[in-house]
Amino acid sequence: MLNSSLQQLGSALRAKKISSVELTQLYLDRIVTLNPALNAFVTTNAETSLAQARAADALLAGGKAQPLTGIPIAQKDIFCAKGWRTTCGSKMLENFTAPYDAHVIEQFNNAGAVNLGKTNMDEFAMGSSNETSHFGAVKNPWDNNAVPGGSSGGAACAVAARLCAAATGTDTGGSIRQPAALCGISGIKPTYGTVSRYGMIAFASSLDQAGPMARSAEDMAQMLNVMTGFDARDSTSLKRDKEDYARDLNIKVSGSKPLAGLRIGLPKEFFAEGLAQDVAGCVNAAIAEYQKLGATLVDISLPNSRLAVPVYYVLAPAEASSNLSRYDGVRFGYRAPEYGDLTEMYEKSRAQGFGAEVKRRIMIGTYVLSHGYYDAYYLQAQKIRRLIAQDFADAFKQCDVIMGPTSPSTAFNLGEKGDDPVQMYLSDIYTIAVNLAGLPGMSIPAGFGSNGRPVGLQIIGNYFAEAQMLNIAHQYQLATDHHDRAPQNIGL
Amino acid sequence: MSSTIFLANADVRKVARLARLAMSEAEIESARAQLSGIFDLIAEMQAVDTKGIEPMSHAQDLSQRLREDVVTEANQRELFQSIAPQVEAGLYLVPQVIE
Repeated sequence: MLNSSLQQLGSALRAKKISSVELTQLYLDRIVTLNPALNAFVTTNAETSLAQARAADALLAGGKAQPLTGIPIAQKDIFCAKGWRTTCGSKMLENFTAPYDAHVIEQFNNAGAVNLGKTNMDEFAMGSSNETSHFGAVKNPWDNNAVPGGSSGGAACAVAARLCAAATGTDTGGSIRQPAALCGISGIKPTYGTVSRYGMIAFASSLDQAGPMARSAEDMAQMLNVMTGFDARDSTSLKRDKEDYARDLNIKVSGSKPLAGLRIGLPKEFFAEGLAQDVAGCVNAAIAEYQKLGATLVDISLPNSRLAVPVYYVLAPAEASSNLSRYDGVRFGYRAPEYGDLTEMYEKSRAQGFGAEVKRRIMIGTYVLSHGYYDAYYLQAQKIRRLIAQDFADAFKQCDVIMGPTSPSTAFNLGEKGDDPVQMYLSDIYTIAVNLAGLPGMSIPAGFGSNGRPVGLQIIGNYFAEAQMLNIAHQYQLATDHHDRAPQNIGL
Repeated sequence: MSSTIFLANADVRKVARLARLAMSEAEIESARAQLSGIFDLIAEMQAVDTKGIEPMSHAQDLSQRLREDVVTEANQRELFQSIAPQVEAGLYLVPQVIE
């Protein structure tokens, strides 16, 4: 059951081979056993989850099941879920019970899915290792000395350790793709505007995008079918016809070259200095596999991609400093126990409620938006953002998708980059440009590095090419078994 | 290119004040060192010639959608105040602002 796809689980539920209550209890028991060591979940609520499971079983009994009805899904603790503690990995929201549902949560509820619990994450999604969480670091299930990546590290760990059927994540600069790569699972950040940001705690609003984290492309397609859709409450939500993201997976192709005609662009900047050799080896082997499946390779260049990290560290902190100004200790969230006047109440509540990395980014953002510096930093960064997006537009004239590494190395050790924010920021060097351009980006497992830790292959598509990208990933997963591997010591 | 902006603790203190973050002198000193490193990284972007390039705020360059000016939310004062740090008689309590 633990290695079944979402489609297989759905079939088993509909055929009454297992009930949603039994399936939910199976995962809850695994969380009780394995979570103390892994720290993937910050909140579970067995009673609520089992009540949802019972409701799902009633739908299943009545023949009213949808594809995800009764399936336990782990939700990143950035999504407000009514009645659930929603912390965003911060002391600031340690005691915050969400009074409403995020659009994503509503969509899963409407689909009859079970909310299995809330997953750990870097505080306010600011981090690449999950070490900035107020609730402690998450362990990588492949090697407990390694980080799981971040910010959606709890979600990636939960999927890899079979603590849930699938999970949600969010990605502002790589926060779905990088932990997916480091934990050996699949994750996709869709085109900006595809999944509503309503009720998703804001970090950098022009970059934040939610997406699924799962064990295969097939599972991601099922998840996207539920998560996407127009929502008037998010002013950047896109009005588009509902699509079936699994539509291309089911087309039967005869012969051994199901991807014949596909042009894969390889940006030379993604294979330059800074990429670990073992990661390069796995990525090149994956690309060779794609050639066997019929694809051809095109050398491309993204000349401005080297500017993505500096641009991101102006734009994201600027937006964060504005978004996080709402945490003032007045209407919700942490308030300092002792203070004099109103200003001191703000300053102490924020100083005590936010961790070091969040404060650092608020400081950067406040600085770049302050009087006299706006043009030199924020406006300049927005202009280069257009150059970065234009690089991709030019590249997609020559190729259908772009491939490369997700992360420059396999998972690093816990504590290894803790004192150096710049080194930490550079671990998102291949993922950030995709957010700046608003394009869809994916990571799928592509083998293991020399230390036995997973390697991810990044696939970047043109706007709204998610269904095509999922099929490209699916064909690879039909021909290889990297995505089926499971860590040792997770009680399988 | 390197930044000189964050070399003074006074600048860090000013930004902390603007951001409403209480910081000790020791925290200001360590923030100064780390922020200087980050601004060195950012400085790479400032040398780029962007004359005539339009700034890009969102990927899809959409115009802002407007909605009808109608009430869409129900009154949930009690629910919302149940998670507030300090309330009394339906009001949020803060230190006195006006003498």
